[in-house]
Amino acid sequence: MNRSEPPLLSVRNMITSFHTHDGIVNAVNGIDFDIFPGETLGLVGESGCGKSVTAMSVLRLLNPSSATTLGEVIFKGENLLDMTPEKMRLIRGSEISMIFQEPMTSLNPILTVGEQIAESLRLHEKLDQEKAWEKAVQMLKLVQIPSPEIRAGQYPHKLSGGMRQRAMIAMALCCSPCLVFADEPTTALDVTIQAQIIRLLDHLKKGSNMSVVLITHDLGVIARMAARVVVMYAGKVVEEAPVVPLFHDPRHPYTRGLLNSIPVLKNDGQTRLTEIPGIVPNLLHMPEGCSFHPRCSRVMDICTKKSPPMVHFMENRRAACWLVSDE
Amino acid sequence: MTDRKNVDTDQNSGDNTVSGSRGWAKLKRNRAALAGGILLLIYLLCALGAPVLFRGDPSAPDLMNSLSPPSGAYFLGTDELGRSILGRILYGARVSLLIAVGVVGVGLVIGVPVGLVSGYYGGKTDFIIQRFTDMMLAFPGFLLALALVAILGVGLKNTVISIGISMIPLYIRLVRGCVLTVKEEVYVEAARACGTRDLNIIRHHILPNVLAPIIIQTSLGMGTAILFAAGLGFLGIGVQPPTPEWGSMLGSARAYMMGKPHVATFPGIAIFLAVLSFNLLGDGLRDAFDPRSRI
Amino acid sequence: MIHFLMKRLLSIIPVLLGISLLLFFMLRMLPGDPAQVLAGQMASPEDVRIIRIQMGLDQPLYIQYGVFLKRLVHLDLGVSARTQNPVIQEIWARLPNTILLALCAITLACLFGIPAGVVAAIRPYSWIDYLVTLASLFGISMPVFWLGLMLMIVFSITLQWLPAGGIGTWKHLVLPSITLASFVVAFIARMTRSCMLEVLSQDYVTTARSKGLKEKVIIVKHALKNALIPIITVVGLQFGLLLGGAVLTETVFAWPGLGRLIVDSILARDYAMIQGSILIFGLLYTLVNLLVDMTYAFVDPRVRYD
Repeated sequence: MNRSEPPLLSVRNMITSFHTHDGIVNAVNGIDFDIFPGETLGLVGESGCGKSVTAMSVLRLLNPSSATTLGEVIFKGENLLDMTPEKMRLIRGSEISMIFQEPMTSLNPILTVGEQIAESLRLHEKLDQEKAWEKAVQMLKLVQIPSPEIRAGQYPHKLSGGMRQRAMIAMALCCSPCLVFADEPTTALDVTIQAQIIRLLDHLKKGSNMSVVLITHDLGVIARMAARVVVMYAGKVVEEAPVVPLFHDPRHPYTRGLLNSIPVLKNDGQTRLTEIPGIVPNLLHMPEGCSFHPRCSRVMDICTKKSPPMVHFMENRRAACWLVSDE
Repeated sequence: MTDRKNVDTDQNSGDNTVSGSRGWAKLKRNRAALAGGILLLIYLLCALGAPVLFRGDPSAPDLMNSLSPPSGAYFLGTDELGRSILGRILYGARVSLLIAVGVVGVGLVIGVPVGLVSGYYGGKTDFIIQRFTDMMLAFPGFLLALALVAILGVGLKNTVISIGISMIPLYIRLVRGCVLTVKEEVYVEAARACGTRDLNIIRHHILPNVLAPIIIQTSLGMGTAILFAAGLGFLGIGVQPPTPEWGSMLGSARAYMMGKPHVATFPGIAIFLAVLSFNLLGDGLRDAFDPRSRI
Repeated sequence: MIHFLMKRLLSIIPVLLGISLLLFFMLRMLPGDPAQVLAGQMASPEDVRIIRIQMGLDQPLYIQYGVFLKRLVHLDLGVSARTQNPVIQEIWARLPNTILLALCAITLACLFGIPAGVVAAIRPYSWIDYLVTLASLFGISMPVFWLGLMLMIVFSITLQWLPAGGIGTWKHLVLPSITLASFVVAFIARMTRSCMLEVLSQDYVTTARSKGLKEKVIIVKHALKNALIPIITVVGLQFGLLLGGAVLTETVFAWPGLGRLIVDSILARDYAMIQGSILIFGLLYTLVNLLVDMTYAFVDPRVRYD
């Protein structure tokens, strides 16, 4: 990662709202973050905090009739949100791609695995039928699928979950994108397979200058792969820090809560895992002040009244909490 | 073949029905259903108020005025025997309503209990009942009704019985499908574990949950019944003249429509609107109370 | 796949037995002597006697059923009381006409119904969606025979573009096909719309979008191909409606097909013919459903290999 370079992608005050029967819901409520070339950024939070919606908004994959995204998403000097649909379409899959959470449902059941990779190659790389297929087989080999020639001709239901996720990764990386969103790439898999997939992603990443946004609720995965972490809560960024300082010295009580709920192997049965009390707030009825205050163990008077401002400190860290502001 | 025919019943399963009040709110917002309801009211009004709306005998011939086009005296014109088409359509509404209620009655009275038993008890009973419905469903509905008419003979009563019987398998399938899903619900298991008698479980737990799909099917079934009965009447093997029946009116109009298109036009519109009202309402009910099925 | 097809083939055996049982008892439910019923009112006592022996009517019921089955297998459906011709011969002469009409109608219905449903599903709750939904509701509520009469008034009587009935040129086929298709097209459009809506909300469609594929490719290659699987099933089931509609359409347009034959036979109380033509209709329906199941296996790789 090179901070002297300009960021590859800058998200500025992005708001994504859904129109529901009961009113308008801001699933992403004014977030900012940067991704630099070659960097792996972790996007962390509980389910429903808006991490996936963030990725979908950047790629403009949300249905425009039910969701609108405002703000700026600057990619290579252009605002993706202002782009014509046609231009945006050509960026998807070739420059920015996405790995989805559910390998079971994210592959088309009636097209062969090879075809699903090859069609991208034919579209973006302008390869002919035969070359595209060859490259698809190569990609399957790259993601370490055994006997890729045979697998390429098979339908997804013939592949195991881990293999499907590998195929999914091959599909996302086949046109050598410079930015990949990996949305919970391991959540749906068995624990042993999870480790394999993370190792594979890490391996593939090291061989290129690709940037990865790793969206997950699993801090173990973050610790292993990410260099920098953005923590989200209820549609907002609450804390951002490089991975080591974040794990050692979390500033936002929510981050602290997340870290405390990781099981540790040397746990001797004496120390209990602490959980964050309460539940994620309903986006329709957000609490006043800091949205985390009803669940916060260190809630103060001001937290219930005013939303805390984002405070930057120590050069590359920031947090939105009155505790941090007071220091 | 069996599992495929279950598709529609599975989607109609009652366990996912929206709670009453929300469903009603949704129904009121549905303009199509509202239009269906208004059409249905007009239809019922015509059927029940026919003697008031049209004075005189709709079946009495008046050969002096045969085949006259719509005019002040005869609003929709007259047929080949000089009978007022308006009068026959109004009285025809009565006949078709009678048929619709009768047909759905036959379907409900036999189909629902059999479906309940089949789904609730399962095992051999279920197997035999299902093979029997398979057998009936081997014939397309209208053809089954035709075959039954061939056995029973023509006339109003036989029309009702034939179409009614041809609809029984649909109700059996529908109810059985719902029961199978409701049966696995915890509260039914609990009731059974408490030793509640089967009849009470069916009455208090299963029937209420099956009700919504049955009502929807009843609305749609009435439309189908009118359509089938008109078809039989048109072929000359349904309700027989001089009883005013829309289908048979069209059947006899065929010979005269060359120069007098009005004789064939209006009875058809009547059938269309009556069937449409039930279909609009049935669709609206389904959207409101049974959101899982959207066909 | 062989296993799947064998299972499907075996599954029609009980259905066929059911059809035969229904037809067997149909005759015996009629009042009077079945032999007399079959021979018709005009038959001589000698004819009646021959039929009684042929069908084993002096034997116990289960033997009668055996004889009945044996005759069915040999396609011996008896002799028509009305025309004195073998029933199978009459049916054979009419069957191609009905199949031709049904094929034209189903093709027409798919040609219009599937695109209409797709267009409606792409823009749900838009004016075009409402139009398709409303039009298909109208189609379902319309009595086919009335639509046939109206088309005839407009195109045959008033404009004199197309013949009002009969068979011969392709022109004779136009109005009956449209009439018969009207009902089915509505069902197909509705089914296509709801299947497409379902499929378009699937994860793999989002995946396809994330790859930057053209919307047209996403809709046709990724979505419609998946939606076709349930649509084919419905088309198969609608074939039953089509056969029912054929009875009415053939009557309206004096189309010499099987449907018209049934009606004529019912009116003439020609029971051998009724029995025979209903049997053929039942067989046709079963066969089409079987064919649909087989197509299923070709379209859906999950079925193909399991």
